Amino acid sequence: MKLTMTRVLTSLAAVAVLASPLAFAAGGANVHLDEANINLQDKASLQSGARSFVNNCLNCHNAQFMRWGHLTQIGLTEEQIKANLMFNPDAKFSDYMTTALDPKDAKAWFGGVPPDLTLVARSRGSDWIYTFLRSYYVDPSSPTGWNNDVFANVGMPHVLHDLQGSQAKVVVGEKISHGKKEAVTKLAIERTGSMTQPEYDIYVRDLVNYMTFMAEPSRVKRTQLGVGVMFFLVVAFFAALVVKREYWKDVK
Amino acid sequence: MASGTKAAIAPPVSGPVGQVIVWVDQRFPLMSLWKGHLAEYYAPKNFNFWYYFGSLAMLVLVMQIVTGIFLTMNYKPDAKTAFASVEYIMRDVSWGWLIRYMHSTGASMFFLVVYLHMTRGLMYGSYRKPRELIWILGCLIYLTLMAEAFFGYLLPWGQMSYWGAQVIINLFAAVPFIGPELAVWIRGDYNIGDATLNRFFAFHVIALPMVLLGLVAAHIMALHEVGSNNPDGIDLSKNVDEKTGIPKDTIPFHPYYTVKDIVGVVVFLGLFSAIVFFAPEMGGYFLEKPNFIQADPLKTPEHIAPVWYFTPFYAMLRAVPSFFGSAFWGVMVMGAATLILFALPWLDKSKVRSIRYRGPLYKKFFASFIMSFLILGYLGVVPTTVWGQIPNALPVIGGLDTATLASRILTAVYFAFFLLMPWYTKKDIPNELPEPSRVTA
Repeated sequence: MKLTMTRVLTSLAAVAVLASPLAFAAGGANVHLDEANINLQDKASLQSGARSFVNNCLNCHNAQFMRWGHLTQIGLTEEQIKANLMFNPDAKFSDYMTTALDPKDAKAWFGGVPPDLTLVARSRGSDWIYTFLRSYYVDPSSPTGWNNDVFANVGMPHVLHDLQGSQAKVVVGEKISHGKKEAVTKLAIERTGSMTQPEYDIYVRDLVNYMTFMAEPSRVKRTQLGVGVMFFLVVAFFAALVVKREYWKDVK
Repeated sequence: MASGTKAAIAPPVSGPVGQVIVWVDQRFPLMSLWKGHLAEYYAPKNFNFWYYFGSLAMLVLVMQIVTGIFLTMNYKPDAKTAFASVEYIMRDVSWGWLIRYMHSTGASMFFLVVYLHMTRGLMYGSYRKPRELIWILGCLIYLTLMAEAFFGYLLPWGQMSYWGAQVIINLFAAVPFIGPELAVWIRGDYNIGDATLNRFFAFHVIALPMVLLGLVAAHIMALHEVGSNNPDGIDLSKNVDEKTGIPKDTIPFHPYYTVKDIVGVVVFLGLFSAIVFFAPEMGGYFLEKPNFIQADPLKTPEHIAPVWYFTPFYAMLRAVPSFFGSAFWGVMVMGAATLILFALPWLDKSKVRSIRYRGPLYKKFFASFIMSFLILGYLGVVPTTVWGQIPNALPVIGGLDTATLASRILTAVYFAFFLLMPWYTKKDIPNELPEPSRVTA
């Protein structure tokens, strides 16, 4: 018995070692992502993110699984939502957050329909969006004049360039990877926008915070409930253990 | 049959409830079922950690059925609305998110529990005579479960649902001669579409659950016919208490194992809840990231990997080179890897059942088998390039992905465990330890 358990544990340990590069493998493309450090409890941040989302993203993208009404979960009232966020006077409070952009126009103008953003924080990850929105740089060879370090040849131009300004990709050195010389580049502001870099980072963080909320509105409730459930199960475990021991006393 | 009522049994409780039990029992084998399967089903007293997973598998099965019923109330099996209906469940249905996460986590936990349950059977020789049929029914449950999981995975209609199903259905297209027609027949269309989704829904919510329930009932009936094995793998029926006629070292399943299993259930629910409430995606292994994007037949995801519980077999499939321009060999190997389980009771020639008394040769083969399954599982998740390439300078294997070569070797190890078993278990007999006559702790 002991031998078997030891063997099983050794096997599990070996698997854990093997699986350590798994997280990387599942991450897909090999780009360094900055941490968004979002806080889903921060209502002010979520509300400011919702405003940025409606003002910028929703012009072209849908959030077709998200209802306006669910914005009450980030501390807004129906009146506030209707007055400040819902620009279409015909839209109902229970409607989904959809764009006014016609898919046909989108195809003609951008070469494709912009993807739905409801769940992008789950399919790409919050850190990915955070890094993506801060990684645009000027690229005269691209049709939009913009390119992105995280998403090469992205179809979307840098919508937030008024705020961030424009970055250029500059070579700062050289490194050798897999036997080949590679240029080490970084993005540097070449024309300033209306925000400083820390201001812009916070702006994007709020937006990502909101998008993470939108991707799973029940998340805060889920973790809060989870704490209670785990607490209950700990108590239940000891209760079950006492009952088991009492019954098993007479098993010799 | 004028006086056709059974002799009244002594009711377990007095009063009106007892009278109702007597009334029912005269018309239905209530007490004999209760006694035969619980109160007077005598199980070995030395069940250890590994014996929790049978009852846990039952728990997960019930949980999947109950959560599944509630999901069906709001899910729409229609290619146009399926994805949106899942999001509707996640957002607008009261507690919908909890039901959905319980179901998605339950799928993975079902496999985890079943794999541990099967490992127990392997370790203690629970498949050996007279329990061959229990093992075979268990293998059928495992196959049905794989089909059930596969059909269910298409239903959310995300990118990985779609492309995962595409990969699996294309396996059937590799069958010689009839392959392409077979694939069309399975899909009901030239592409995976609404017709495919509808039939997968029917299989997932009606056909396979019924098969599963029937098999589980048969599995338990067969078990209770011959009695449970034990960690020592010894025959308890040989050593019966003369006064009571009950095998020594056994205890009634109820209450002893019911109260013990409840402890196991609570621990399991702890792990289960930790996933459901704090990590329902399990880092992309229980709910894959591309599955949060609606199925798009025109956009192939960068990396298609099946859900973790299929990956050992997927790694085998990828490891087998195509032969005479046909990928069918890989499909055959994958199929054989599951079907070979059925032969196990007849491959094992050793004199003892439990790994505790086996010879060293068996233990080596067993350890390599477990390792091969786990590492293949890992290799099935990652791209074949994960371990780099073997230098071109080497003959035969030069230029091959290291992971592909490893998968090939591990596939051979997996099969060697079964195919060489008659040889090594026989050779091991002189080195086996003597079995005790009574159970040990």
